[in-house]
Amino acid sequence: MVVAGEEKIPFFNDPAKRSLIYQFGVMVTVAFLGYYLMSNTLTNLERQSIATGFDFLEKESSFEIGESLIDYSAADNYFRALLVGVLNTLKVSFIGIVLTVLLGTIIGVARLSANWLVSRLAAIYIEVLQDIPVLLQLFFWYALFYEMLPAPRQALNPIAGMFICNRGLIFAVPADHPVWAWMGWTVLAVLVAVYVMRRWALRRLYKTGKPFPVFWSSIALMVSLPFIVWMLGGAPTKMDVPQLLGFNFQGGISLSPEFAALLLGLVLYTAAFVAEIVRAGIQSVNKGQTEAAKALGLRSGKVLSLVVIPQALRVIIPPLTSQMLNLTKNSSLAVAIGYPDFVSIANTTINQTGQAIEGVAMIMAVYLGLSLLTSALMNWYNKKIALVER
Amino acid sequence: MKKLGFVGVMVAVFFMVGSATAGTLDDVKAKGYVQVGVNGDLFGFGKPDGKGVWKGLDVDTGRAIAVAVFGDPNKIKFIPLTAITRFTALQSGEIDVLCRNATRTLSRETALGLNFVQVNYYDGQGFLVPKALGVKSAKELDGAAVCVLPGTTTELNVADYFRSTGMKMKPVVIENTAELAKAFFAGRCDCLTSDASQLAGTRAVAPKPDDYIILPEIISKEPLAPVVRHGDDQWYDIVNMSVLAMINAEEMGITSKNIDEMLKSKDPKVQRFLGVSPGNGKALGLDEKFAYNIVKMVGNYGEVFDRNVGKNTLLKIERGLNALWKDGGLMYSPPFK
Repeated sequence: MVVAGEEKIPFFNDPAKRSLIYQFGVMVTVAFLGYYLMSNTLTNLERQSIATGFDFLEKESSFEIGESLIDYSAADNYFRALLVGVLNTLKVSFIGIVLTVLLGTIIGVARLSANWLVSRLAAIYIEVLQDIPVLLQLFFWYALFYEMLPAPRQALNPIAGMFICNRGLIFAVPADHPVWAWMGWTVLAVLVAVYVMRRWALRRLYKTGKPFPVFWSSIALMVSLPFIVWMLGGAPTKMDVPQLLGFNFQGGISLSPEFAALLLGLVLYTAAFVAEIVRAGIQSVNKGQTEAAKALGLRSGKVLSLVVIPQALRVIIPPLTSQMLNLTKNSSLAVAIGYPDFVSIANTTINQTGQAIEGVAMIMAVYLGLSLLTSALMNWYNKKIALVER
Repeated sequence: MKKLGFVGVMVAVFFMVGSATAGTLDDVKAKGYVQVGVNGDLFGFGKPDGKGVWKGLDVDTGRAIAVAVFGDPNKIKFIPLTAITRFTALQSGEIDVLCRNATRTLSRETALGLNFVQVNYYDGQGFLVPKALGVKSAKELDGAAVCVLPGTTTELNVADYFRSTGMKMKPVVIENTAELAKAFFAGRCDCLTSDASQLAGTRAVAPKPDDYIILPEIISKEPLAPVVRHGDDQWYDIVNMSVLAMINAEEMGITSKNIDEMLKSKDPKVQRFLGVSPGNGKALGLDEKFAYNIVKMVGNYGEVFDRNVGKNTLLKIERGLNALWKDGGLMYSPPFK
C-alpha cells in the first residue's frame, strides 16, 4: 500500500542521488583524462627515446653557479644545484617580502598624510611604479648597475671597508670568532625574555592598572646584554676586509648586482600595490571609531595602535598575502637578469638533461609549496587577528 | 550513465586522433613550409639584417632544407630560440628541425632523444676579453667573472676547464644572447666565453671591436650540426643530405653560377648528383632536382660560408677545420649514388 505523500520518486529525480551520480561522473572523467595524459606522454617519450625519471638528480651537474648560500661546486650533483636555486629564491623572496611590507606601509600612510606634498609624492610613486611592467623595471635597475658603476679597479670606496663597483656591493664583516655565535644566542635569549616580560606587563596592567615601559626596557636589554657578552669574550675587533686580488674582490661579503637589481625591482613594484592595500585598510575603519577612542582619552599613538590598526589589519591581511605570493612568483623573472634563482637553475638542468617534464613538474611543486606555506602562515595570522564573535 | 560513457569514448577518440603522428615530411608538406629553429641574435649564423631578412650560415642551411622539400627557399618559417628553449621546442614538435649552432654530444643524442646530422660548422670554445684587462692567455683568468650562456655545452666546458686547471671563476649567466653581450661590454664580467665563431660574431657588433681580443686557447671541440627528433629516419635523411649536398657540390666544383653548364656534364657522378640521371630524389622521397635546386638557390658550402662568415664579412673567419678534406679541413661528403 502506498502511503499518501510518499510517492515513489525515480532515482534520477532525487536531488541527493542525482548529485552523487554527477560527482561520480566528473570524478571518472577527470581520472580518465589524467590517466590518458600520463600514459600518452610516457608512450611518446618512449617512442622518441627521451630519458624519464628522477635518476638525473644523482648525476654530477658540471656547471658553476654565481652565488650560493651553501657550499657548491660543479662537482656536486643536480639535486644540490637545485637546492642552491631554491635557497636563492627563498633569500630574495623573504628579504623582498619584509622590505615590501615596510616600504608599502610607509607609502600607504604617506598617501593619507595631511601634508599635500607628501601625499602627492606617494600618489605619484604608486601610479608610476604600478603601471610599468616589472620585467622592464628589472632590466632598468640591472642596466643601471652595470652601466653606471665603475670597474673593480676603479671601485668607489665611500667608507672604509666598503666598495661599490659593477661586480656589486662588497663590504667588510667581522672576522670569524666564537664570540659572534655567543652574541647570536644572547639575542635569541633576549627575544624570549622580552616576550615573557610583555605578557607579564600586560597581566599586571589588567590587574593593577599600572603600565610598564616594555618598549624601552626591551631596547635596553637588546643593546646591553649582547654588548656585555662581547666584552666578556675579549672584545674582538678584527675585520675581514675585502681586497682587490686579480680581477675581483676577495673576502668580506658581497651583494651581486643581479641580486640587488632583482630585490630593488620587486620591492619597489610590489610596495606600490601594498601601499594601496594599506591605505584601503586604514580608510575602511569607521571615523566614529577614532572619535570614540579620542573621547575615551587615548593619546593619538594609542588610538592608532589599539583601535585603528587592529581593525585595519583584518582588511589588509588577505590582499597582502596575495601580494606576498606575487612577489615570490615574480622572483622567477630573475632568469632575465642572470640571478641564479630556482627557475634559472631548473631551466639549465632541463637543458642539460633534456628532462623537461620532470623539470617543469619540480618548478611547479616548489612554487606551489612556497605559496601554500605562505598562505598557511598568513591564514593562521589572519585567524588570530580576526574579529572574535561571541 | 550510458550517455556519459559515450562522451568518454568521444573524448578518447578525439585525443587518439590528435596524438597519432604522421611522418615529419608529410606534416611539413601539409603545412606548406618548414619550421626551423634558429638563433636570432647571432651575427653570421642566424640574425635578421637591418631590413628584417634572415641571414646566416644556419639560416641558409634551413633554406637548403626548404628548397629540398619544396624547391622554394621562401617556404620556411624561422623561429628564434634561446639556448634553454631550443631542444624542448624540437622535442615537442614546435619546430621541424633545429639549425642553431648546437653542439653534437653523446647525452643529447641519447637522453634528449635527438639526432644530429652532418656537421655544418666545426667550432671550438674560446674567451673574449677586453684588451685593457692585459690578459694574454686563458691560464691567467683565475678569479675572473665569466659571462656565459646557460644551458650550453660552453657552460659545462668552462666549468671543466677552470676545475682542471685549479682556477676559480664566477659565472654570470643570462639567457638572452644580446643581453649577455651587453653586460659583457659594460664590464659586468672580465671575459665572455663561447664558441670561437660566436665570439667573432659578438666582437663584430661590439661598440668598439678593436678594444677586444680573442685569447689563443681553444678549450673544447664543438661540432655544430642541425638536429632532428629521434624516430623519423626519412626526415633525418632529408636534412642530412641537404647539408651534404652543399658540401658535395663544393667538392665537385659546382657553384650557383656554373650549375646550369654543369647540367650538360658528361661525368656520371655529376649527372647523378644533379638529377640528370634519376634515382637519388626518389630514394629520399623528394624531387629528383633537389640537389640542383639547393645549389642553384642557396649555393654550395663554400659560397654559403664565404657569404656569411668568410674573409670578406665582418667576422673574417678562415676556413680552417671547415675547409674541404682536400684542402686540409674536415668537410667530406659520402658519394651521392
